[in-house]
This record gives sequence, C-alpha cells and structure tokens, in this order.
Amino acid sequence: MKKFFALALVLCLMFALVPVTTAETGSVYWLNFKPESDEVLQQIAKMYTEKTGVPVNVVTAASGTYSQTLTAEMDKSTPPTLFIVGNQEGVKTWSEYCLDLTGTKIANELNTDAYNLYDENGKLCSIGYCYECYGIIVNVDLLEKAGHKLDEITNFDTLKAVVEDIHARAAELGFDAFTSSDMDGSSSWRFTGHMINLDYVYEERAAGKVWTECPATITGEFVPNFKNLYDLAINNSEFDPATFAAGGHDAEGEFKADKAVFFVNGSWEYGAVSEGKNVAMIPYYCGVEGEEKAGLNCGTENCWAINANAKQADIDATMDFLYWCVTDAEASRILVDSFGVMPYKQAAESTNGFLAMANDYANNGCYVMDWATNYQPNVDAYRAAFVSALNAYNADQTDANWEQVRSAIVDGWAYQYSQVNG
Amino acid sequence: MNRKRKHYDLRKDPIRRKWWIFILPLMAAFIIGFVWPFIQGIYLSFCTFTTTSNAKLNGFMNDKAFFSNYVKAFNDPTFVRSFWYSALFAVVSLIIINVLAFTVAYLLTRELKGSNLFRTVFFMPNLIGGIVLGYIWSMIFDGILYMYGKTLVTEPVWGFWALVVVVAWQQIGYMMIIYIAGLQAVPSDMLEAAKIDGASSWQTLWRVTIPNVMPSITICTFLSLTNGFKLFDQNLALTNGLPKPFVNGVPVGQTEMIALNIYNTFYVGNTSARGTAQAKAVLFFILVAALGLIQLSATRKKEVQQ
Repeated sequence: MKKFFALALVLCLMFALVPVTTAETGSVYWLNFKPESDEVLQQIAKMYTEKTGVPVNVVTAASGTYSQTLTAEMDKSTPPTLFIVGNQEGVKTWSEYCLDLTGTKIANELNTDAYNLYDENGKLCSIGYCYECYGIIVNVDLLEKAGHKLDEITNFDTLKAVVEDIHARAAELGFDAFTSSDMDGSSSWRFTGHMINLDYVYEERAAGKVWTECPATITGEFVPNFKNLYDLAINNSEFDPATFAAGGHDAEGEFKADKAVFFVNGSWEYGAVSEGKNVAMIPYYCGVEGEEKAGLNCGTENCWAINANAKQADIDATMDFLYWCVTDAEASRILVDSFGVMPYKQAAESTNGFLAMANDYANNGCYVMDWATNYQPNVDAYRAAFVSALNAYNADQTDANWEQVRSAIVDGWAYQYSQVNG
Repeated sequence: MNRKRKHYDLRKDPIRRKWWIFILPLMAAFIIGFVWPFIQGIYLSFCTFTTTSNAKLNGFMNDKAFFSNYVKAFNDPTFVRSFWYSALFAVVSLIIINVLAFTVAYLLTRELKGSNLFRTVFFMPNLIGGIVLGYIWSMIFDGILYMYGKTLVTEPVWGFWALVVVVAWQQIGYMMIIYIAGLQAVPSDMLEAAKIDGASSWQTLWRVTIPNVMPSITICTFLSLTNGFKLFDQNLALTNGLPKPFVNGVPVGQTEMIALNIYNTFYVGNTSARGTAQAKAVLFFILVAALGLIQLSATRKKEVQQ
C-alpha cells in the first residue's frame, strides 16, 4: 500500500510540472509592448470574449523588456499569436515567425500602405495599427502669457528667440521654457530616438530619396542642427543639465503643472497633456534651410504581426479578432481614443489634436518628416552609446564632448550596421 | 550463550530498497531545472537562433563555421575587457568583504552587549534583492555625487567603487554569519592554553584563531569570488555598463561586467549574436568553475584538522 502511495505521490509531482494544454478551439494571445495601453487592451479583450466566447489573453511586457519577453514567450507551447514587429530590425529578427499578411482580410481593411513592413523577400510581415507623430509640444496659454504667439515661431531663429526670452524671465513668469530632458530609460528615447530623427530625415532629403533599408553609413551632415535644438532644450529649463544623467525628473508632470512651455514628445501624450489646456505641436525647427515648410514627424512602431507557427485555429481566431478591432464601431472607438488613429477603412475617426495638426501641416504643403529613426541599426546598443555620450556632454558642454556625441551618432551607426550585417 | 538474534535484513527495508522513488522528485527537478538547460545551453552555443526552438546547428544546418560563435566571442574586445573588469572587481570585493566580515564577526563574538541585535542588523541587507538594492543605492550615490557635479553613469571610477560598496554592504552580513559560526567552533582549551603560554591577543588571533577558522575562510572566499564574477543585478541597476565611449571605433561599456556583457550581447545586440552570447556564457561557466576550484584547493591546504 505504501508503495502505491509513494508512487502516486511521485506521479502527482511529475504531472504538476506538465503545463495544462488548452482546448482545440482557437484563442488569441496578444503580447503587447506598451504598458500605457494595457488597460484599454484588457477592456477590449474582455468585450470580445463576452461577445464571441473566444478567449483573448493580453499580456503586457514590462517597460523596456519586450524583446526579452517575446523571446521567452515564443519558445513556449502556447506562444503569442499576435505580437509587435515595429521596425526593420524586428523584421530581420522575427521574419520567420511572421505570417504573410498579403491579401488577408485584415490587410484589406487598411486605408494606406504607408505603415506596412516587408522583409527582403517582399513578405508582408506586419501592418500598422496606428500611427503617431512627434515634435515639440507647446502650452499655448503659457506662451501667450509670456507675451508671445504661436505663429511667431516659424523656424529655429524665431523659436530660439522665444525660448531664450522665456528662460531669461523664468523667475518673473513662474514657468520656464523647456521641461527636463532626462537621460534615463524612461526619457532618453525622446532625444536618441526622436529628436535625432531630424538628422536622418534631412540626410534623406539631401540625398533626394527616402530610405527603404538601413544604410551602411550616415554622414551626420545635420548633427550640428540636432545640436542647435538639443542645446536649446537642455539649457533653457529650470534644471542643471548635469542632473539629467541620473534621471528622476518628470517632464510630463512639469508640463501638466504649467512649469514649462515646451515639451519634446509625441501625439500619444495628447490625452495626458491636453486636459484644461490649449496645446499645440510644432516641428523640430533646427536651423535647416527651408524649414519653414517642415511638418511633424509621422510614422509608427505599432505594427501587428501574426505568429505563423501558431496553431491554425489560433491564427484564424486572431485574424477574426483583429478584423473586429478595426471594424466594430464600439471597439475601434475605444482603441482610437487610446491610440490616436487607426489607418483602417471602417475604424472610428481620430480625436487626437496633435494628429489633426500633423494633417494640417501636410495639407498646408509642409513636408512630413518620416520616421527614418526606425532604421537605427542594433537600436538598443546604438542608443546606449548615444546616451552615454550625451551624459558626458550634459555634464560638461565642450567641443570635445560634442565630438563624442557626433561620433556616437555617425561612427556608432557604421559600427552597429557592421555588427548586424557583418 | 548463543542466543540467536533475529537479523534485520537491510535489503528488505522498503525505504532502502526503493531509494530511487525517494530521490526521483528531486532528480527530476534537478534534471529539468539544471542538467537539461545546461546541456541545451552548450548545444545552443554552437547554433544560430532567435528562440531555442528554431536553433540551427552551425556547420550542419547552415553555412557558418562550427566554432564561429566561439571565434566571435574571443574576438569581441568588450568581452575580454569585461572579463578583466570582473576579475578586478572580484578580487577587490573579495578582500574588502572578507576582511570586514571577519572583523565584524570577531568583534561580535567578544562578549559585547547587544551583539545579537548587531548580528541581525548586519545580516539584514542580505535579504533585499539585488535590483532593488541597486536602484536605491544609485539614488543615494547620485544624491551625493550631484554635489560635486558628477554622476555614476559618467564617471567609471565612481561606478566601480559604487559597485564595491553596494556588494560589500550586502554580503558582509552573510559572510559574517559564517565567520561567527567558525569563531564559535574554535576550541576554548586551545585559546586557554595560548593564554597560559603567554601569547598576546594578536598572536592568539594569528596562530590559533585564524588557522582554526580556515574552513570558514575557504567557504567565504569561494562565495565572494564566484559572487564577484557572477554579479549581474547590481551592475544592471547601478550603471548598466555606462559610460560607453568609443574605443577604436567600438563602444565599450566602462563598467560592464561579464554577466552584463553576455546579457547585452543576447538581448541588446542583434539576434544573430545570440549564439555568440551563448558561447560567452559557456566560456564564463568554465572560467568561474576553474577559478573557484583553484581557489578552493588553495585554501583547503591551509585548513587544520581538528
């Protein structure tokens, strides 16, 4: 008897280690990469399950750990059926796992091809589910309080004049020109991922063609223009630039609390910063000739990919779920209010003021700054070295230190490209 | 008198006969949690992969050279550098931790008032996880360095000493407990004999106490040496390898230790480098194991048998 008991105990232990497998009906497992969207996605998932009975599981990777989480989850017996492939590097890494979306019912709902990502064989790996724009967010009320008008700012010189005037009178006005510019992980991407885009875009424009794949080298011709705007941002806030390396400031909070007029960020901030304020977004004016005709930086990293290695039932369930997300009036309304806009024929209209401004700029004949930044090779390593150089420069703004920054941008690009393609 | 005693047959004892049932759960856990991942890790170090399920063995399932991951690992200047950096850190922290832990333990075994309270207090930092500790200490350090216009992530020297301080603060208490146990096991008759023979307290310490606590010293130096090499959480949280200037065209993390280097190669680098990261991890294991064994045999020789 004891023998059987012991054996049963051992078997129990062993079975406890075997994961429970789900039933054969399809289900959706969405590995989401934006913690700020988690709440909305959980709500959508619940709505869909209540309506159709199909289980939808939304898991959100902790901030900055999407790559790690995706790598681990993909190895499991129930891998994500829906995941994010937002740039060319992602395509390179995950192409094997991406279902070809060409001609699928979700791809047919798109109203633009602009945000789709293809691999080198022309396979449609991922499709944009929203797009965004970034630039410099302006608190128009404060700007006017300081005696300036938004339409005064048309290029770098006029921006600089306004910014420096506000900064000089900060004590008297009770607010400063720019918010803080932290270099920790929660904020450095506003500069190493976004603001630097101006160099890449103007390089594209100088060469007369838009990048379609990662170039092996960049010239850094417009790095001095990046410096113009960057210097303006770090030297005209209430904080000592040397403190940015350690982080700990809260730029969004400063902007919301009316502590600063200018805030380098993007359209996803609209909901957070527009409450009770008159806000606008202006392009990255940086001293490039003809920049009076510049528009906002528009693009996306939010692209859906369906796991080609998932079970067919799960793939079908995921496809149906996505179709519902972009066609159902109620669901797309909720998603659009969170994402800003969804480029699908039947999706709800956007209510995002910053995206409306991006369209206004475009309609007024301004050129759109595309997200060339999505081509940054070995992106995390590239940005880490870039941040390191900016830290040294923030602490001591010498030419030698700026040369390190330039090197991180230009030589860093060539080095990381060789790492990826060598 | 030859009373026949009933012989108890050990081979019939159910527990002894079915010993394998009793170690089965543990063995299963050990194999699932350690042996199998270890073997798979070695296999993956010869592969190109994005996830472990799509690994392709180099030289057989693709056109890469069989040892290409290892060649790349050895040719990576950041890897070699991070190894020496870890070695330096391990030696410095080993000395500081053990000297201080021994001193504290020595003081707390003198009949001091409230020594139990002190023991608890010294041990407590060990109960906090490395990442949390790293972030809290980075705030403390940055708060202090701020007054001098410096930060941890811009000054590699401060980054290094910050790591040493945090690790020492965390581990001294743990090593102290081991030393206290060792010190309490020193035979009192030996100490008494030394006293009667007129040995000074310094002589007693060096000639009697320390030789008797050699087993504790062995285990503590082994732990602090391997911990020093394996350090990851605190490194990630405190400096994340920054600053990262370009040296000969290659960005080199000035405070990047070997475990963080492997992590960065795996996740931050492009995915074609995941095999290389795995190769580095295997090399890392061999190095730490070899160093640990050398150190163990070196200090074992100094132990006295009681």
